[in-house]
Amino acid sequence: MIEIERVSKSYDGRTVVDDLSLDVPEGALCVLLGPSGCGKSTTLRMINRLVDFDSGAIRVGGEDILGVPAETLRRRIGYVIQSTGLFPHWRVADNIATVPRLLGWPRARIDSRVAELLTLLRLDPGVYRDKFPHQLSGGEQQRVGVARALAADPDVLLMDEPFAAVDPVTRDALQAEIARIHRETGKTIVFVTHDIEEALRLASVIAILDRGRLAQQGTPLEIVENPRSDFVRDFVGAQGIGLKLLSVRRVAERMRPGEGAEGAPIAQDASLADALGTMTERRCDRLAVADAGGRVVGTLFLADLVR
Amino acid sequence: MAGSNPAMGMNKMRAAAKSAALWVGLLFAFLLVDMRQLQPVFGWAFPGVRPEIFDRASFLELFWSHLALVAVASGAAALVGIALAIFVTRPGGRDFRTLVSMAATVGQTFPPAAVLALAVPALGFGPRPTVVALFLYGLLPIVENTVAGIESVPLAVCDAASGMGLSRWQVLRDVELPLAAPVILAGVRVSVTIAIGTATIGSAVGALTFGTPIFDGLAGNKLPYVIQGAVLVALFAILTDLLFAGLARWLQPPG
Repeated sequence: MIEIERVSKSYDGRTVVDDLSLDVPEGALCVLLGPSGCGKSTTLRMINRLVDFDSGAIRVGGEDILGVPAETLRRRIGYVIQSTGLFPHWRVADNIATVPRLLGWPRARIDSRVAELLTLLRLDPGVYRDKFPHQLSGGEQQRVGVARALAADPDVLLMDEPFAAVDPVTRDALQAEIARIHRETGKTIVFVTHDIEEALRLASVIAILDRGRLAQQGTPLEIVENPRSDFVRDFVGAQGIGLKLLSVRRVAERMRPGEGAEGAPIAQDASLADALGTMTERRCDRLAVADAGGRVVGTLFLADLVR
Repeated sequence: MAGSNPAMGMNKMRAAAKSAALWVGLLFAFLLVDMRQLQPVFGWAFPGVRPEIFDRASFLELFWSHLALVAVASGAAALVGIALAIFVTRPGGRDFRTLVSMAATVGQTFPPAAVLALAVPALGFGPRPTVVALFLYGLLPIVENTVAGIESVPLAVCDAASGMGLSRWQVLRDVELPLAAPVILAGVRVSVTIAIGTATIGSAVGALTFGTPIFDGLAGNKLPYVIQGAVLVALFAILTDLLFAGLARWLQPPG
């Protein structure tokens, strides 16, 4: 869906992005991960041409982004930033309606889309439509920010450390929200963060950047199990590597099919870390496992977690 | 209780302010139309001055002329000042920021009387050099306030606006200017209020303003004329300032 081909960018002689090549498959949630200054935000902002690159090419949906006027490109790409950038002088409904209005949608379609998106982000349209941004909490503002980015139903969503400025509880809820939206809509999402836990939780593919270069690209499991360099190993964190391994593996991989155990079942696509947490809470050494429909399909034993 | 609810207090203050504009307006209108009513007062305070009321032109005539001068000069200052401020806050114009600030500052510090003296040979006597002097004098508050207002718009908001696909013009029109509007309006308010007082100087070169009775009174040692002119200018300025305040409140978005 997004092809970044040998792209470079320098500011005043300092190379910020260095001959970077990266492919984001359609429907992926690609996390650009790395320490401050590694070029991840710059790379993201090159995709919607907020930053011009010096050399190389970028294609979205097969089309060279330099071949379309920047505004046209941006109206097809959702953009969410850390401080939300909501227009303070417009109501929530008008903020969300920004791109549809630019595209000339009819009023009725805009209104129903606004209500649909507020509901998707779990905000009651009746309550939130007419509020102003300053009347919302940080978490609510960012939900509106996401709704605004999704308004024109873009195929691609760019998110620049969107949850870095909210408290951990809200961040957890918003991460779950994005994961759910990704599952439900299948959009291609490029997500910038410096938080390894957030990356492991959300990503279908992670691209780790080091001083403008791609250090490693792979699934969360690959990054954690097979770091290709000391940089990646250190960044992922030798500390707590065991728990990280648990967080990237699913219950379905370790359960024994057949009969269940006592107690409420855990979802088979939950992480082993969640399972360990549940076992600890309940002080038991096994959990029933259920599929998406709620049917018990097997048991997860504590001993199998560490196999 | 009234004191414990701030919203009620604000409403009361607002009502009081509104009626201040009303009272000032009524007083101003009364004096404009019927200053003659005060003839006995001036006659008693300044015995020997005849006629007690300035009568070379009607105060209403003076008002329209004074208003026209201020309106034209301030209107031009607003157009040019805001345009210049927008220009220097664009990527292409940033280099000119200091230059524009300096020009506006010179416009205000250069004494209007001197501007008049320089403009008269080129433009003749009367309203034209007056408008030029008022225009230059009124640029600075508008330029500086507009720049400050635009620069106070959070970068994140402009970034999000561009990132969503608003063109540069749309970002200016739909985001920057509306958010800067209260500060810009404050600058225009200051500029206009000062212009009302300064316009009196035009009478030195023959323009018809509330300064005409003032200059006449000073020249002919007729203090009542000076007072009449000064009071009318003051009321005009106060009324205008109150009306701007009302406009600012009306434009303030709810919440």
